[in-house]
Amino acid sequence: MPNNLGFLFAAFAVVWVALFGYVVLLSGQLRQLRQELRALREAVERARGRETG
Amino acid sequence: MGTTMVRAQSASASWPERAVGLLGWALLPLMVLDLYLIFLYAPRELTQGDAQRVFYIHVPLAWIAYLCFGIVAVASIAYLRTRSAAWDRLARACAEIGVAFTTLVLITGSIWGKPIWGTWWTWDARLTTTLILWFIYVSYLMLRSYATDEARGARYAAVLGIVGAIGVPINYFSVQLWRTLHPTAVVGPGSSGLEGAMLFTFLFSLLVMTLLFLYVLPNRIWLIEIQDELRGLRRALLEEVARAQ
Repeated sequence: MPNNLGFLFAAFAVVWVALFGYVVLLSGQLRQLRQELRALREAVERARGRETG
Repeated sequence: MGTTMVRAQSASASWPERAVGLLGWALLPLMVLDLYLIFLYAPRELTQGDAQRVFYIHVPLAWIAYLCFGIVAVASIAYLRTRSAAWDRLARACAEIGVAFTTLVLITGSIWGKPIWGTWWTWDARLTTTLILWFIYVSYLMLRSYATDEARGARYAAVLGIVGAIGVPINYFSVQLWRTLHPTAVVGPGSSGLEGAMLFTFLFSLLVMTLLFLYVLPNRIWLIEIQDELRGLRRALLEEVARAQ
């Protein structure tokens, strides 16, 4: 009976590295875009405030 | 006022974010336990040896990919009926996750196939229909990325999302419809069945993969929501600047 451990570890390494990378990428993008959103909302409010004030 | 609005919105969104964050932390020990079950608890299969353990990750990935494409179809129908952006975001998020999972299904299948079939790839019915499914949803994502008119892009993608879902049952039943190298189902009605420890390990892996999907999905939807809002705010800011000049 073959053990084929190399293939087994390769398959699991690919899956977990890819899934972990995807989750890290998603969290990083989410954090960065939330900061950008906060800054942009404030910029829009300031621009509207200058116009009305 | 802007700062107040931002704070109020952040506070209202915090409980689902916290729940999803907790799910993420809970997943870590479950994943370790899953690896223990796969590598040490589940018995070694008699004919394939250790390579068969790829099954415990390959099949749950495929099932979650099917689930994603099913959700894309349902959300696309709902979007075409209601034109609600929430359905469209759900479909987009599921299409992307489905493509990611299908990519891993193809890779793990190929790695599993090499020691068992002696080849990385063969134009077998199951493999070919999986590749076709992958192309359909990559096209869906490309359509979303390259559409210049967002509303039209969403409509066309919804149609593709509905039509593309036909590929899921074709892919699932391909091992019965055609003569293939790929084994038939070992779990579910009419299947050959799994030994107790193998079945438990498989179901646990399926649970972990489902929880991982439930962790990734809301994060992906939030990301799309923020990208949409950013686009709207940039437009508003440009209008304000143009008006001020």
